[in-house]
Amino acid sequence: MSDEATIDYILRAENLTLRFGGVVSLRDVSVEMRRGEILAVIGPNGAGKTSLFNSLTGVYQPQEGTITFMARDGAPLSVIGKKAHQIAQAGVSRTFQASRLFNALSVFENIKIGAEDHRGIGLVGALVKGPGTRRGEHVSDNLVIELLEFVGLTSEANLIASQLSYGARRRLEIARALATNPEVILLDEPAAGTNPSEKLALAELIRRVRDERGVSVLLIEHDMKLVMSLAERLYVLNFGSVIAEGSPAEIRANPVVIDAYLGSSHEETSA
Amino acid sequence: MTILSLANLKRLAMILIVTAVIAIMTGAAGSSSAPPTTGIHGSFFERVSWFGLFTAPRWLLFFTLGVIVWLLVSLYRPRAQTIRRGAESFFALPRAVTSRRWARVTLMLVALAIVIVLPKFVHESFWMYLIVEQIGVWILLALGLNVVVGFAGLLDLGFAAFYAIGAYTTAWLTGALPAPALFHHPIPTLWVIPIGILAAMVFGVLLGTPTLRLRGDYLAIVTLGFALIIDDFVETQSGVTGGGVGSSPVPHPALDLGFYHFKWGLSPTPYYYLCLVFIVVFIIVFTSLEHSRIGRAWVAIREDEVAAESVGINPLKYKVMAFAVGAASGGFGGVMSAGLVGIINPSLFTYQVSVNVLVLVIFGGMGSIWGVALGAIVIQTATSYLDNYQPWGYQINDLYMYIGALLIVMMIFRPAGLLPSRRRAREFAEAKRGDDVHTDEVLTGDQP
Repeated sequence: MSDEATIDYILRAENLTLRFGGVVSLRDVSVEMRRGEILAVIGPNGAGKTSLFNSLTGVYQPQEGTITFMARDGAPLSVIGKKAHQIAQAGVSRTFQASRLFNALSVFENIKIGAEDHRGIGLVGALVKGPGTRRGEHVSDNLVIELLEFVGLTSEANLIASQLSYGARRRLEIARALATNPEVILLDEPAAGTNPSEKLALAELIRRVRDERGVSVLLIEHDMKLVMSLAERLYVLNFGSVIAEGSPAEIRANPVVIDAYLGSSHEETSA
Repeated sequence: MTILSLANLKRLAMILIVTAVIAIMTGAAGSSSAPPTTGIHGSFFERVSWFGLFTAPRWLLFFTLGVIVWLLVSLYRPRAQTIRRGAESFFALPRAVTSRRWARVTLMLVALAIVIVLPKFVHESFWMYLIVEQIGVWILLALGLNVVVGFAGLLDLGFAAFYAIGAYTTAWLTGALPAPALFHHPIPTLWVIPIGILAAMVFGVLLGTPTLRLRGDYLAIVTLGFALIIDDFVETQSGVTGGGVGSSPVPHPALDLGFYHFKWGLSPTPYYYLCLVFIVVFIIVFTSLEHSRIGRAWVAIREDEVAAESVGINPLKYKVMAFAVGAASGGFGGVMSAGLVGIINPSLFTYQVSVNVLVLVIFGGMGSIWGVALGAIVIQTATSYLDNYQPWGYQINDLYMYIGALLIVMMIFRPAGLLPSRRRAREFAEAKRGDDVHTDEVLTGDQP
């Protein structure tokens, strides 16, 4: 372990507790994410993975704890209490477990909505279409074209989102999330429902998101093979608490994790 | 399958029961103008003109119409597939035409030419007046509500409030209300146009900021309440608004450019052109908004608010904007109405007005600017005709029953409206297929 001061954190959640009435969804969860890493959160169903994501992106407001986002330039941002759109504007982007695309819009428009700057009012700009507005359109159009190529949907640009195959939808969602120019992207089960070859392509895409676009990736995924090959570090959640943290090899060998996944009476572990 | 099959005969019985109920409920007995004692005899057995051909009892007319409907349905059902396919190919032609830019532009220019020369062919000033008051103003209202309901997907049941604000602002500033005009200095009606629009927009923001945090049904109820408050205020605060009696006459607009004078007087034709200019302006403004960053943000919120937030869209801000923008044309409708009618009173801004505007938007095609304009023209022309000629024993009070029936038929056969917006039509298709995940349980995906 390197020294605390030298680690460049990008997203840091400390002692999060999230309750819904009497149900505790997250219990004293601390997760630290380093800049530029591919980090995964795994755990059985109901462990609180999506709750953690929703807390990090402002959809849920945890009752206790702090979340800090350290943008590359600018002061650290306290995420708790911020609205989802403010967090997205600050540079934390996400996808959803069941894809939430704008299904009646084209692939191009889906990404374009992500690429546009939604700050300010812009009523006059939208009407008069002055040079500023046109420049903005140009910039966002170029970004859309670039991202279409990045996720390999260039030839599907004019299709309606609902006409896409499942794997293509997942890629479109990633492209839309990337269009907001994030520093961190949170992917909630990006490979759910895809076939094995699509899974490989997605793993490749996620790696390229980090390598080529310099975006740190936080990942929830059920497919162990995919997670273990992709993630550099993992957190394991069970019943709303972090039960383990470490590299894929460490996690694979951790008896607590094996217990959580296979029950306590396991005889042997298979890879 | 023979037409006299058991299922078809059952359907005939159902249809006849429904038409009998309609025949009893409508007509003279259902109106307030006829003595209440007439009851079933007054309406049911009343002799009415059959399309001007001959006179016969009303029940027979309804019976005949019921049988005709039954015949149509019975003949349609076994051939539904073929007819539907025929309709598809029939509608493919206008779709192919409107997808070409030059064709669209030509179509618009032709439409514009028609509406410009229209007054030359309407010789009765009464009808010209109706065209402005019953069609022109309502197109403005429908265009405004379309921004709120069609673009942003917010159900507003109180749009008449903005109409009222436009009209009463006009009356107030021109000194037609019991309350003294601003700075005790009445201003010309024409100058009120920008102020009336602005006032409605400000009210849109004031109403929207606290209420647009609500979603769906809750928002609809709150907007309804807001309209009722405005309605009640103008009705009861007679010291300010003139109460149920209304304002004193709002002066007719006049233009004075020094070298050129023009006065809008009693003839409706100049109002027609004033209204037309603003309708064109609003259509241009709303169309460019629809295809702007803002329009796309509206669609995103309408389709999936959570996803919209995840790409940095502040839903509240854009919803308030939709309210304000929509209120602009509603407010201008009010200014127009006040300038034309002269004396305004609360009966012009009832809940019925809000519902009627919504009907125009749904009928024409939510989110489709040309659709709602056409919808307003069709429905308002039909109701003006029915109200003034009262054919077939038609009574004014029955209007909303027929409109309700029309909407039901629309929802079955053309749910996205007369001229649907392409996006909206796709949304309807999605919803029909049922694979659209829009509920919040998606967020808590961890639960099995």
